[in-house]
Amino acid sequence: MKKILIILIVIFIATVSIIVSLKDNYIEPSTLMKLQEKYSKKDSSSVDHSKFALLQKKFNKPQEVTEACITCHNKRHLEIMQSNHWNWEREEYIEGRGIVKLGKKNAINNFCISAAGNEKSCAKCHIGYGMTKEGFSFTDPKNIDCMVCHDNSETYMKANEEGGAPPDTLNFTFIAEHVGKPKRSNCGVCHFYGGGGNNVKHGDLEQALFEPNKDLDIHMAVEGKNLQCIDCHKTERHNIYGKLYSLSSMNLNRVYCEDCHTNTPHENDIINEHTLKVACQTCHIPTYSKGNSTKMYWDWSKAGKLKNGEPYTEEDSLGNHTYMSIKGEFVWGRNIKPDYIWFNGTATHYLLGDKIEDTSKTLTLNSLKGSYNDPSSKIIPVKIHKAKQPYDPINKILIKPKLYGDKKGEGAFWKDFDWVKASEEGMKNANLPFSGKVSFIETQMYWPVNHMVASKENTVKCNECHTQNNSRLASINDFYLPGRDRSSIVEFIGKTLILLTFIAVIIHGSFRYISKKKLIKRGEK
Amino acid sequence: MKKVYIYKAYERFWHWMQAMLIFFLALTGFEIHGSINFFGFEYAVKYHNYAAYSLLILIIFTIFWHFTTGEWRQYIPTTKNIKKYLNYYLFGIFRNEPHPTKKTVLSKLNPLQKLVYFGLKTIIFPGIVFTGLLYMFYRYPQRHGIGAINIDSLQTIAVLHTLFAYLILAFVIGHLYLITTGTKITTNLKAMITGYEELEDENEKENTLKEVKNGRE
Repeated sequence: MKKILIILIVIFIATVSIIVSLKDNYIEPSTLMKLQEKYSKKDSSSVDHSKFALLQKKFNKPQEVTEACITCHNKRHLEIMQSNHWNWEREEYIEGRGIVKLGKKNAINNFCISAAGNEKSCAKCHIGYGMTKEGFSFTDPKNIDCMVCHDNSETYMKANEEGGAPPDTLNFTFIAEHVGKPKRSNCGVCHFYGGGGNNVKHGDLEQALFEPNKDLDIHMAVEGKNLQCIDCHKTERHNIYGKLYSLSSMNLNRVYCEDCHTNTPHENDIINEHTLKVACQTCHIPTYSKGNSTKMYWDWSKAGKLKNGEPYTEEDSLGNHTYMSIKGEFVWGRNIKPDYIWFNGTATHYLLGDKIEDTSKTLTLNSLKGSYNDPSSKIIPVKIHKAKQPYDPINKILIKPKLYGDKKGEGAFWKDFDWVKASEEGMKNANLPFSGKVSFIETQMYWPVNHMVASKENTVKCNECHTQNNSRLASINDFYLPGRDRSSIVEFIGKTLILLTFIAVIIHGSFRYISKKKLIKRGEK
Repeated sequence: MKKVYIYKAYERFWHWMQAMLIFFLALTGFEIHGSINFFGFEYAVKYHNYAAYSLLILIIFTIFWHFTTGEWRQYIPTTKNIKKYLNYYLFGIFRNEPHPTKKTVLSKLNPLQKLVYFGLKTIIFPGIVFTGLLYMFYRYPQRHGIGAINIDSLQTIAVLHTLFAYLILAFVIGHLYLITTGTKITTNLKAMITGYEELEDENEKENTLKEVKNGRE
């Protein structure tokens, strides 16, 4: 018998240890190592532009540089003129309304509201020259600004309020001789400053990413692999992969972490299984806005206050504007835990001129679609930017005010501080009705958080979601989450049963104890 | 009175292994449930799964053992003597009355035990194992999977699994108390450890299945 026992124990232990060791050895050993090897190699350019005689001359205007580029790269300008970066719009299919042209040209947001009508200032972030309110030739290749993306000399810049043109004082020859693939600095010069200042819009894209450390972003860290934007945002014929849902609505042309990392990158099967319903970003970006603050709330209704007839600004201790006469009142945030929503890659938008159905509710300008039951949905982290912005209470449409103006008297809010005049000018420019009344409505926008990826040691821990108290996913209630959810009936039945069992044990046990003592006493007598 | 080898080696091994695993599964399981905090959620899940695999292996071996030894017959429920046992546990036990029937190698369990263990073995253990397996191999609805075997929600599985866990926990509490109702408080515990228990003389083997009203002493 003893022998059998020993044999059984040995078999038992052996089987268990085989299962345990099999599980632990089931590692995709190479994906991450291959990636690390791949991105350790330095990219070197195949040509040295400074050796080309064509570029060794004085350029007086930036357009001359473009002409020189097109001399050799004689079809690239056609690609550019197909791109969103150039056109500021693209055809998007929006559920329920069909195909619309959507982009910066016509979009409305709850930051500076709208570029249209304010082009001279906003075009500082357009990849062209000469965009003014009088119009812009989207068909003239000479207006393409090659340098803003391809300058590797770090000396190129665009001028303020010049329709996208650089200052004439730049050394265009030096820049033209030092062009190459875009770096973080080329992309960041626009994308880090969206909304009128550093990190205003995204929260996960800001100037600290020019030279980030590993705490800020594990991929782009200078002391790490130092990835550039285009390493993930792969580009084919000037079509850059990746997009943001403030201006997009279709599940197309996206960049996924899985493109490099595969969808089963973890050693643990249970965590790999999460990837069916949880986007990588959800766990791997525990907080955003890790460097500088980002704008969380923008109250346009407070704009226009003057001191001694002059506009003024107020700042908090970190140097963030808390009030600007031209823009209103702001709330900023740093190191923020994202909000979480289901997302299937499609969105609907409030478009300029849409009727607001219920003006007492917060109006969502870009609704991201998705739910637990939708197999293509995943949970993603988002920044929710709220605002109070002007609308026409009679026509029930959002107002696109004229903000920027060259001088007083044109109706521009930033010069005249008159909402009615600014709205009248702006709505006229958009060919929309205006009743003459201006009111303010609460709006919100969803900004998916995709950058500032943490190191694997600093990812979101299991029990930050799988918990009853303050679960990160507390707001997503359309599914059962272990550790967070429970059935109140079963809890009641289970706890009552255990309590009753205990009571029965205690009563029965004490009766036994008492009766035994009595019997012993009787026996003694 | 004679010392009888009543619990065989494998039986004892199975009992204590199962006891340990149930304790460990309860500890890790109720941590996953959010009732306690001990290993940390991630490890609780990991260990719970390992313990579950171990229990499955143990169960497979034990089913084999039950059928090869014929021990499964011990668990066939019977209504015979049930009233007497209810009467004994509710009243007789306080008057120091003897157990209504004798314990023998061929009939180790009294009718109440038979009923409870039969329920455990046919409903509660299969229930928690089955929901546990579904929980473990649960897959989210996948577009490219076989639609018919998709489970749309974890909720039913998880809630039933929790219900069975509560039932087992209640059983364990009752079990731990009831093992003290032997001849002496530690009689049953000692028997499960050593395998030997002092029972009625072997000569009376024929009478063992008969009810014996009078005391053993």
